[in-house]
Amino acid sequence: MTNDNIILSFQDLDIRFTLRGQVLNAIRSVSLDVYRGESLAIVGESGSGKSVFTKSAMGLLDANGVIAGGHIWYGGRDLTTFTREKEWLTIRGKEIAMVMQDPMTSLNPLKTVGDQILEAVLLHQDLRGEAAKKAAVQALAAVGIDDPERRYKQYPHEFSGGMRQRVVIAAAVACRPKILICDEPTTALDVTIQAQILDLIKALQKKLDLTTIYITHDLGVVANVADRIAVMYAGDIVEVGRCEEVFYDPKHPYTWALLSSLPQLGVKGQDLYSIQGTPPNLFHEVLGDAFAPRNPQALNIDFVERPPFFEVSPTHKARTWLLDPRAPKVEPPEHIRHLRQKGGYPHG
Amino acid sequence: MAEREKLLEVKDLKVTFGSKRHPFTAVDGVSFDIYRGETFGLVGESGSGKTTIGRAIIRVNPVAGGTVTYNGQVISGKVSRAVDRQVIEQIQMIFQDPMASLNERAKVDYIVSEGLYNLHSHLSESERQEKVSRALSAVGLLPEFASRFPHEFSGGQRQRIGIARSLIMDPQFIIADEPISALDVSIRAQVLNLMSKLQKERGLTYLFIAHDLSVVRFISDRIGVIYRGKLMELAESEQLFAHPLHPYTKALLSAIPMPDPVGEREKKLLVYDPACHGYTEQDPPQWAEVEPGHFVWADRRELDKYRKALGQ
Repeated sequence: MTNDNIILSFQDLDIRFTLRGQVLNAIRSVSLDVYRGESLAIVGESGSGKSVFTKSAMGLLDANGVIAGGHIWYGGRDLTTFTREKEWLTIRGKEIAMVMQDPMTSLNPLKTVGDQILEAVLLHQDLRGEAAKKAAVQALAAVGIDDPERRYKQYPHEFSGGMRQRVVIAAAVACRPKILICDEPTTALDVTIQAQILDLIKALQKKLDLTTIYITHDLGVVANVADRIAVMYAGDIVEVGRCEEVFYDPKHPYTWALLSSLPQLGVKGQDLYSIQGTPPNLFHEVLGDAFAPRNPQALNIDFVERPPFFEVSPTHKARTWLLDPRAPKVEPPEHIRHLRQKGGYPHG
Repeated sequence: MAEREKLLEVKDLKVTFGSKRHPFTAVDGVSFDIYRGETFGLVGESGSGKTTIGRAIIRVNPVAGGTVTYNGQVISGKVSRAVDRQVIEQIQMIFQDPMASLNERAKVDYIVSEGLYNLHSHLSESERQEKVSRALSAVGLLPEFASRFPHEFSGGQRQRIGIARSLIMDPQFIIADEPISALDVSIRAQVLNLMSKLQKERGLTYLFIAHDLSVVRFISDRIGVIYRGKLMELAESEQLFAHPLHPYTKALLSAIPMPDPVGEREKKLLVYDPACHGYTEQDPPQWAEVEPGHFVWADRRELDKYRKALGQ
């Protein structure tokens, strides 16, 4: 991959929050490149910092959060140097747009669906009047909403959850962004609707040449949509790789744990695998591998020194001492070793 | 299967909302049995009426037709005070969103013992506290947590409080309405494990309501699939996964995301279209048993097809 292919690049990013006089290290020196046209999934538990990480690229950190170090490069500019809202408005929506988690709360209940999409069109496309309205109706049609002319005049409460998420996506895409960040786009939705929404995002990505970043806690969901996966734990990326590499050949114990706890892989009559303990308190400094206290097979060094990234392949790297040549050989749990064969339920 | 004891019998259950003149039928002619000690999964998309069934059983929503029999006693419609009290005591509910289902202004102590207060169980203060701490320990929380407020807990812990609140009544039957949909994957596993542990220890019977078949498969003995207020298919869970018959069940199965990138990309997503059956007046669909314990909603033509598919 040459540098031209990198559309967004995080370099040694540090994000801190100040809460009741204490400092919380939400993101601890994280580097990640996002390639043009790819779909990247950032996976982690709640509180791992995955939302904060991506929100920093849109200038959407809460007031008590600061970027304490590092750079975010986009289009030759360092986003961390932005200080004024005006600067952010050249990026937010226009270049990087976001689909939020809960379609029940991310739409304004007092404005018609059409008006909310029209707002994005007026701000970001050079259209006025009838032409703008036409573009908004087209945006509704493009996300698979039937009878867009009539739906344009309706309010959010007249839409079901899945349809609202389509509206949110229409509004995000109407800004003509280069990057679309989807923050848990389907968590609040039914499984059947979830599959449809993921299909829709995938189709839009192809049609509009978008780069998409998915944020999710459910590894099962991203198998279908992601080209690459970054696993995040306690404000740090612990494993990055192509989708197949992370699913079929995971290296970090935390990735093993996330895969193991999927109910799809559960065996009836036995307990589901569940990760022991709780994530570390990020108010304190984290020593060594943040996952070590919850990892039954942790090595001594895991508690002392933060592991560097070890390269498994040019596209796959993991931050675990297990990949050090001196480390003992630890195999991933038996039931996640053969995901390829297990895949696919019979559908008649 | 004759030796299994029926704990709950739902027969032709019908629930309607709205005015008498313009009724909206949310649940229509649903029948199923739940045996003592088993977990019965009820799966369907939002708006299918699965929650309404749960609420009708526990007497929150009035039924418009049909009966619910619990322990051999009819508990739907007008019942005596004693029966009503028995329902309140023995059937409990666990709710979906632990962020919304706990009273933010009450301490855990009160939240957990609210059921006891409501029943005027005439316990002394020390007995009540003893019960609360036992319920909290049963769900893996520390008894000291009783003096805290809900906002001090994480989502998984809050759901445990919700479970403790239902356990304190020593119920026999628990209706769990999407108890893990709002939780992280790693926390889901913990709550599911807790529920199966409690079932083993106390011989509980569950009605487990969910929209995600993969979760239901793991915990349920039998699964009913519901679509627009009607049961479409009912079978033992392994049988349902191995030989799904109804097109809607197949659509639900195809929507389960699998942790297998290659398989996922090859997978074809099935979308259910209710018009695909082509039901006629002469051959109306009915609730029929295709093989022992495996029911499906189909007309005669489809039944023949299904029986052939099962190799009978």
